Amino acid sequence: MTPLLEARGIDKSFGPVKVLHDVTFSAHAGEVTALVGDNGAGKSTLVKCIGGIHPIDNGELVFDGRPVQVNGPRDAGELGIEIVYQDLALCDNLDIVQNMFLGRERRRGLVLDEDTMEELAEQTLNSLSVRTVKSIRQQVSSLSGGQRQTVAIAKAVLWDSKVVILDEPTAALGVAQTAQVLELVRRLADNGLAVVLISHNMNDVFAVSDRIAALYLGRMAAQVRTADVTHAQVVELITSGRSGDLGLKNGAVA
Amino acid sequence: MSKVKELPGEAVATAVRSPSIAHSARAYTERVRAGDMGALPAVLGLLVLCTAFALARPAFLTAINFANLFTQGAAITVIAMGLVFVLLIGEIDLSAGFTSGVCAAVLAVTLTNMGLPWYVGVLAAIVTGAVIGTVLGAIVAKVGIPSFVVTLAAFLAFQGLVLVLVNEGTNISINDPVIKAVAQRNLPPALGWALYAACVLAYAGLQVVRARKRAARGLVADPPSLIATRVGALAVLAGGAVYALNLERSFNPAFASLKGVPIVVPVILALLVVWTFVLRRTAFGRHVYAVGGNAEAARRAGIAVDRIRVSAFVICSAMAAVGGIVAASRASSVDPNTGGSSVLLYAVGAAVIGGTSLFGGKGRVLDAVLGGAVIAVIDNGMALMQYGSSVKYLVTGFVLLLAAGVDALARKRAAAAGLR
Repeated sequence: MTPLLEARGIDKSFGPVKVLHDVTFSAHAGEVTALVGDNGAGKSTLVKCIGGIHPIDNGELVFDGRPVQVNGPRDAGELGIEIVYQDLALCDNLDIVQNMFLGRERRRGLVLDEDTMEELAEQTLNSLSVRTVKSIRQQVSSLSGGQRQTVAIAKAVLWDSKVVILDEPTAALGVAQTAQVLELVRRLADNGLAVVLISHNMNDVFAVSDRIAALYLGRMAAQVRTADVTHAQVVELITSGRSGDLGLKNGAVA
Repeated sequence: MSKVKELPGEAVATAVRSPSIAHSARAYTERVRAGDMGALPAVLGLLVLCTAFALARPAFLTAINFANLFTQGAAITVIAMGLVFVLLIGEIDLSAGFTSGVCAAVLAVTLTNMGLPWYVGVLAAIVTGAVIGTVLGAIVAKVGIPSFVVTLAAFLAFQGLVLVLVNEGTNISINDPVIKAVAQRNLPPALGWALYAACVLAYAGLQVVRARKRAARGLVADPPSLIATRVGALAVLAGGAVYALNLERSFNPAFASLKGVPIVVPVILALLVVWTFVLRRTAFGRHVYAVGGNAEAARRAGIAVDRIRVSAFVICSAMAAVGGIVAASRASSVDPNTGGSSVLLYAVGAAVIGGTSLFGGKGRVLDAVLGGAVIAVIDNGMALMQYGSSVKYLVTGFVLLLAAGVDALARKRAAAAGLR
């Protein structure tokens, strides 16, 4: 099966500091791909390159089998790539519907088409089987951390997106809310989306992912099927870049 | 009563199709408890103040004094309406008072010194306001100087500009009958009632149509009982006001009759409707709230944040110009003190007392009207009690602090409720 999104040979430097070395990464439709790595391994940079926030120095992005240019967040959005950042970027003083449509409001002439927006938002939440919010006209300030994450994810899904990238969605959540969000992540993939999950939490990674991509010091140490590896192997890949036959060969890391 | 009880954490978004009045009332009390008090402090304050003044000075309740309240509070209310936009994006405009002075002076110069017709004067004043707003907004948004400093500088500079326009301190009188009518003349009683009927019917019609449309699409709609309550409340309150304003207020009616709704009332109503529509029903309004709530989220959502910021300042200064026109109309003249002294603080006070947050993201144009009413009642009542300016300033200052305190505490409370 060809991947929906593929990054090939990505190089990225910030001034003299080379952050990504020849990174190859792929995400498949209907699967959750976990992107793991230690702090500073380049996870966020890679995601921002895919999302068009940072221009890439070298390499190419292939989407649905054809090479594409992503020169800004708008390009990424048009391809159907949505990123849910860690800080969620929600307006506390607006309600759920207003947040989901922020910047892309439906209008009839000059007037906002609230009813259509409300219907679409409700459909999206239903399609994700979200049952945790009381009313979609609730202000975001009244929501819990897990509910906020749910709204942010639903916002990303609303736009016929094909790839959803989640940056540490469970980092700030309690046990029950983490379970809720992970369930939602799984459901996104089951709905046919390619999901990329950045996480530090091995339990989360093993709970929902189909594949694991481990970055080590800006290089892709290995991209493997979750079923083929153990917890310990992944930790080794993260901390030393190799684990037995897996990972970077000797000399690859200078 | 809706049969669907929300099971905690399990209630579906689609559960309550048509909430009852009791449900709405409960939702409202919950909101107030969580710190989102909206207009409640202003309405309660208005009731307390009116009762106190009515008991202390029966003259407070006379028809003539009631009409005075409207003309006294009009200019401040209009300026406060504009300030709501700037406060919504989390900025402040300390120069709005003297902006109104500058624009009033432009009006006076155009009308009296140049002898041009009233509409040219009004246009010149509003364009002046818009230009001032563009400059202030551009400095705040593009250069990045805090609005507090920019508008404080403008506050001083505009004081000088007014002096230049009125030739270092002369008083320019305004004799144009149209301009003077705005704050000095009244609608004929019959027209007042016609306007009243039109407003109540339009409000009722809009509510019913909206509820029908939503119900037809299977969305949560306001129940008929709630709509009836709202429309009834409006009809009673506005009806009482129109009735009182249509009473004879002249001491010698045979000589000159004085009755009817002051013309400035429909002017304020029209501004209220227009700006409420802009804030609540257009994408621009939504983006104003978004910028005030989380500018970074707005930027990532593709909203031109700087453009929204500048627009808010343009609206604020243009509305200050309208406020200046109303003030000039009431005084029949413009002098170096027009828009000066306490005008700005009263206007900011009106917006904040009404429930607009100084921290951005929360507020309505209606707040300016409610808060303006509170300010007008204090100003008027204290004068009737024959307290001097000293006490008046002290009390108004205290009320402003109280309102800002309520705002800050409500915010804390809302934050605490949000974390639960």
